[in-house]
Amino acid sequence: MINSRFFNRSELIGFIALAAILFVILPLSLDVFRLNLVAKYLTYAFVAIGLVLCWGYGGILSLGQGVFFGLGGYCMAMFLKLEASSVENTKIQSTPGIPDFMDWNQITALPLFWQPFHSLTFTIAAIILVPSLFALIIGTAMFKRRVGGTYFAIITQAVAAILTILIVGQQGYTGGINGMTDLRTLKGWDIRPDHAKVILYFVEVVLLFACIGIAQFIRLTKLGRILVAMREQEDRVRFSGYSVANFKIFAFCMAAVFAAIGGAMFALNVGFMSPSFVGIVPSIEMVIYTAVGGRMSIFGAVWGSLLVNFAKTGLSESFPQLWLFGLGALFIAVVLAFPNGLSGIWADYVQPRIDRLLASRKSKPKDGWNSVADGAPAE
Amino acid sequence: MFGDYSIGDLGSIFVMQGFAGLVLFSVYVLMALGLAIIFGQMGVINMAHGEFMILGAYVTWLTSNTFQSYLPSLFSGYFFLAMILAFLASGALGMLVEWVLIRHLYKRPLDTLLATWGLSLMLQQTYRSVFGPREVGVELPQWMLGSLKVTDSIEVPINGVFVMGLTVLITVVVAYVLYKSRWGRQVRAVVQNRIMAGAVGINTEKVDRYTFGLGCGIAGIAGSAFTMIGSTGPTSGQLYIVDTFLVVVFGGAASLLGTIASAFSISQTQSTLEFFTSGSMAKVLTLLAVVGILMLRPQGLFALKVRK
Repeated sequence: MINSRFFNRSELIGFIALAAILFVILPLSLDVFRLNLVAKYLTYAFVAIGLVLCWGYGGILSLGQGVFFGLGGYCMAMFLKLEASSVENTKIQSTPGIPDFMDWNQITALPLFWQPFHSLTFTIAAIILVPSLFALIIGTAMFKRRVGGTYFAIITQAVAAILTILIVGQQGYTGGINGMTDLRTLKGWDIRPDHAKVILYFVEVVLLFACIGIAQFIRLTKLGRILVAMREQEDRVRFSGYSVANFKIFAFCMAAVFAAIGGAMFALNVGFMSPSFVGIVPSIEMVIYTAVGGRMSIFGAVWGSLLVNFAKTGLSESFPQLWLFGLGALFIAVVLAFPNGLSGIWADYVQPRIDRLLASRKSKPKDGWNSVADGAPAE
Repeated sequence: MFGDYSIGDLGSIFVMQGFAGLVLFSVYVLMALGLAIIFGQMGVINMAHGEFMILGAYVTWLTSNTFQSYLPSLFSGYFFLAMILAFLASGALGMLVEWVLIRHLYKRPLDTLLATWGLSLMLQQTYRSVFGPREVGVELPQWMLGSLKVTDSIEVPINGVFVMGLTVLITVVVAYVLYKSRWGRQVRAVVQNRIMAGAVGINTEKVDRYTFGLGCGIAGIAGSAFTMIGSTGPTSGQLYIVDTFLVVVFGGAASLLGTIASAFSISQTQSTLEFFTSGSMAKVLTLLAVVGILMLRPQGLFALKVRK
């Protein structure tokens, strides 16, 4: 049965709580440096939301989301880098007008695939289209041949490895291991000062809520139901006449686009892009944000990204040796004890108490539609 | 790209690069053998496999140091003891991990992937705390240094030959254990039909634990062999894990022969390409080719026909 309302009661509470915290409480209570950190963490939330759709609902575990995060980020960074490498800014180079790392690598003309990134319209289109095309190719090749599960995970991991090695190896075209640094302006608007960071934060949060809306819409329509059905009994869905492969490709492409938007916002907010956000390790970390938040919960994904990253910053600032240990233990604990993550804990332990409290005050009939998915996780 | 070399030079290049590829092949086979048992037979994705290998390498390093300080007269033979110790240490850790972690997750293969990744992070940090962040190298006994001169322009290093011999030996032993021994039959029975295997009196939990232990133990031997050709650091294992998984998947997960064939083709392609392009491009091209072929033939090179 499909719920006709966009949010049920507990989701509405979760939505309002998240909106209040991201739009009002955090900007008022944090200084610009910390707010910028939150913005950086939230870029991973985009990836995590995509993973909720593709992994939590569709059952497709992709260990290569860093690829799409990176593609989006690099598209944005290429545009920003070109703007920062105008002829006046790069007078001291032997070839003015090209990015500094190209000059260091004895490249004398802008490569052909860099040319269109002079245009912002093209860049924005590329941020959406390049990753989705890439996901379409991988998805079509894999899902049409009914490759799934662990094989798909390993192959996406290999793709992440390939892209990282390629970016690091082709220094002259990509900036190599250092990535693209020193990004300055967006259409003449300086992205570095504090007030720009605050504006970028709000732009990002608005985009994040747009993505949450899209994901929620997909979840509630028939499409979301088919994804769940596919995860549970793939053959039955196929025998019912649905093209399982096409639905999987769609979910994978959506996840890729979300990740790419996150990557583009990363380049804008943090001011650089490097292959260390593309490879195998960051890709798996992105999966763990989703797992911690709850693989079935869209809001959980946002909380998971925020909390794991806060823990990471906090722990690695004070106890650098403990961080990896803590992260590893977190992985194991989440998988063994809390497969539904924080949102599962909320739905199992916190939500019933609140319901009971409300019910005892005024004996109102309980909201009938309860799925494993709903509820916002604890803070 | 061939223009600058004479025919004779090219021949020597191919032989020497081919040999370098054979050493890489040996390490791949040793790592992939353990993984093929764990992933191919049990369906468990063990992302911590590289860390089991590194444990073997550290055990070898410790043994070599012990021999150097207390038994210098027997130093030339330390490697054989080290290998056994590496097998036992990694195997024991593997069985412990199976008991604590893996056995709860047999029905959720994607979750084993995450849990073992967590395990690999913890092991890495443990190695870093215990052995230090710097890479350690093992001192080779005298007889393993130097190289064999085959012709004027072709030389092959002795440690490489040794590692290859070791690989052949271990492959034969594993093949024998899996396909000829009683225990191997039990393993294959459990893999093909767990419930029926249990019904005819096989202790499936015990078989699982020993299978996992064997796979990890072989990884330990791989790590031991690894010290012959490279130095060991806390994160060395992670560098190889994706390659190894690709080797297993490319070969066809449940096939031992396929694993060997794919390890051979991948390592030879890579080391031959390495001479003509940069190392990173060689790797990219090789991996791309593997992924491309897997997209056309997802079941891998040698697929077992199994009715589900």
